[in-house]
Amino acid sequence: MSATAMLRVALVGNPNCGKTALFNQLTGSRQKVANYAGATVERKEGRVLAPSGRVLQLLDLPGAYSFDATSPDEAITRDVCYGRYPGEAAPDLIVCVADATNLRLHLRFVLEVQRLGRPMVLALNMMDAAARRGIRIDIGELERRLGVPVIETVAVHRGGTARLVEALDRQALPAPPAALPQGADLHAAVRTLLAATVTMPTRTGRIDDALDRVALHPVWGLTILAVMMFMIFQAVFSWAAPLQDGIELGVATLGEWSTTQLPDGVLKSLLVDGVFAGVGSVLVFLPQILFLFLFILILEESGYLPRAAFLLDRMMFKAGLTGRAFIPLLSSFACAIPGIMATRSIQDPRDRLTTILVAPLMTCSARLPVYTLLIAAFIPERSVAGVFNLQGIVLFTLYFAGVASALIVATVIKRFRGDKSEHALLMELPSYRLPHVRDIAIGLKERAVIFLKRVGGIILTLVVLLWVLASFPAPPPDATLPAIDYSLAGKIGHFMQPLFAPIGFNWQICIALIPGLAAREVAVSALGTVYAMSGSDDTVATQLGPLIAQQWPLATALSLLAWYVFAPQCLSTLAVIRRETNSWKMVAIATGYLFALAYAASFVTFQIASALS
Amino acid sequence: MRLSELPQNVAATVAAVEDAGPADPIARRLRDLGFVDGEPVRIVAHGPVQHDPLLVQIGYTRFALRRAEAARIRVVREAA
Repeated sequence: MSATAMLRVALVGNPNCGKTALFNQLTGSRQKVANYAGATVERKEGRVLAPSGRVLQLLDLPGAYSFDATSPDEAITRDVCYGRYPGEAAPDLIVCVADATNLRLHLRFVLEVQRLGRPMVLALNMMDAAARRGIRIDIGELERRLGVPVIETVAVHRGGTARLVEALDRQALPAPPAALPQGADLHAAVRTLLAATVTMPTRTGRIDDALDRVALHPVWGLTILAVMMFMIFQAVFSWAAPLQDGIELGVATLGEWSTTQLPDGVLKSLLVDGVFAGVGSVLVFLPQILFLFLFILILEESGYLPRAAFLLDRMMFKAGLTGRAFIPLLSSFACAIPGIMATRSIQDPRDRLTTILVAPLMTCSARLPVYTLLIAAFIPERSVAGVFNLQGIVLFTLYFAGVASALIVATVIKRFRGDKSEHALLMELPSYRLPHVRDIAIGLKERAVIFLKRVGGIILTLVVLLWVLASFPAPPPDATLPAIDYSLAGKIGHFMQPLFAPIGFNWQICIALIPGLAAREVAVSALGTVYAMSGSDDTVATQLGPLIAQQWPLATALSLLAWYVFAPQCLSTLAVIRRETNSWKMVAIATGYLFALAYAASFVTFQIASALS
Repeated sequence: MRLSELPQNVAATVAAVEDAGPADPIARRLRDLGFVDGEPVRIVAHGPVQHDPLLVQIGYTRFALRRAEAARIRVVREAA
């Protein structure tokens, strides 16, 4: 069957209706994530294999409360549903998803979708939760009154979507429903529908009430949040270590094993010091990224993230942000690129811009390679107060410095911007849910692929490029200095060094900063290449730490740590800012202020540390 | 009275949402979310700092609203 003949099905529904879990259950791993043409909103498409052998094309539209859109996400959902989004064909069939435990809110949107007059099916999702809460729904009556097929689903169970697939598999599309007239009171219609078809013993789940009493408590809630954040970072730092050791060993062994047949020379050096060293020192940080995203995804799926936003809103609002910025900023701890992309869920352009500008200050996982290297080399491993690890405390301090500076910068932006009008929070706190393994796994896979694509492309290219810079031109036959001193990289490093001398950077660091602009973690492999080629010819990862511990003063290491808290050492972040703000001016502002902060912080750190030592 | 003045855990009914200015998008969204005449409403929790934001139970749903947003909603306190 050709792609054009495939039935196009669109999933729509309120946020928190379980639409994405349903999408995952229906499509499994047959998913494709991209962007809508000309927009910055994520487009998720998948294929459904029906029992008849038919293949359906399923589009997961962004969640929307109303077609009266207040965010770019909602505008896209509206335009695709109306069939007026350029480059998107109108769906043949709309599956409107509603949470059976939250029908009063969700049915109103169902009525808006009904107004489209397109073939549609209503999927009543989370029927298991509704049954547990004693909610009874007269499906037949609801079908009759809405004029659309109504199908019960349980997105998180295998088989919970079988009847939906069956309905989609029918050859004939359901007849378009007769809609309520324009201007009709949808709320009144919802009330009539509910009265006729639904009996509900309690308004809220008892578990939600009990959990919220603790999770939103002024003291206990904040304590839980703080402990959770602290534990996550301690765990990410120590749990990932054995996996990282394994990857390091594996890549190094593979590099040596695969090049044993090669004679010593340019090609072998390129493979071992360029390609394998580059791949290894980036792959090694995949465990930390996956652990961090595991926590973020669990918090998101369980419904805790909006609670955290609720607790933090007032504080963030004071700084000119919004509680909603919490989620993108938390994601920026893994990487500012998905973080900045996640600001799309902030409906307000002004709040969104502030969040984008401060997101690079969140300590992304690409800084971890640099932090890990320097902390392991310069901070002694000892325990503080018997429980905490000093290295862990230094790491926490670096994270904290990022967060604190983000709040300060956001306050400054708030003070100096022209538009001082009011902007809403208006955030739903969904029911707590047990995170589902498959949804977490699909989410993790998505992140890993995004990270590895960056690694495979930009980073590997740059490590090889650096190898070229560091290898050519070759030293003269009567050379007395290390080979790198004669190379292009050496020349650039020496040229930059006077500018960075006041903040304690040597020329090796200066060289590493150049490819480090492509991505922060590249600086580590760059340092490795620089040192491996000027000193030992062994591979780098494990030897770099002790080497720099010998050669660098402590003040330089601390200064470099401070530099990495602020510096926009990541062209991808700047590119994503450009794409998300559609403004080079914003890119220039972000780059300028971040480099200025970095230089100032490193200067202060280096001068104080030098004076004290 | 306004929803922002309603004490915690006191039952009330929505009377209307008032626009804070011409074509107030926040008021429009509040109405879309179900803040309409006759809906029972209740404050369930407060944020930790300056009792802001408010956690509002409306229908089966909970929304976090800042005080300024809640002040747009006129409510009638139910007789105890």
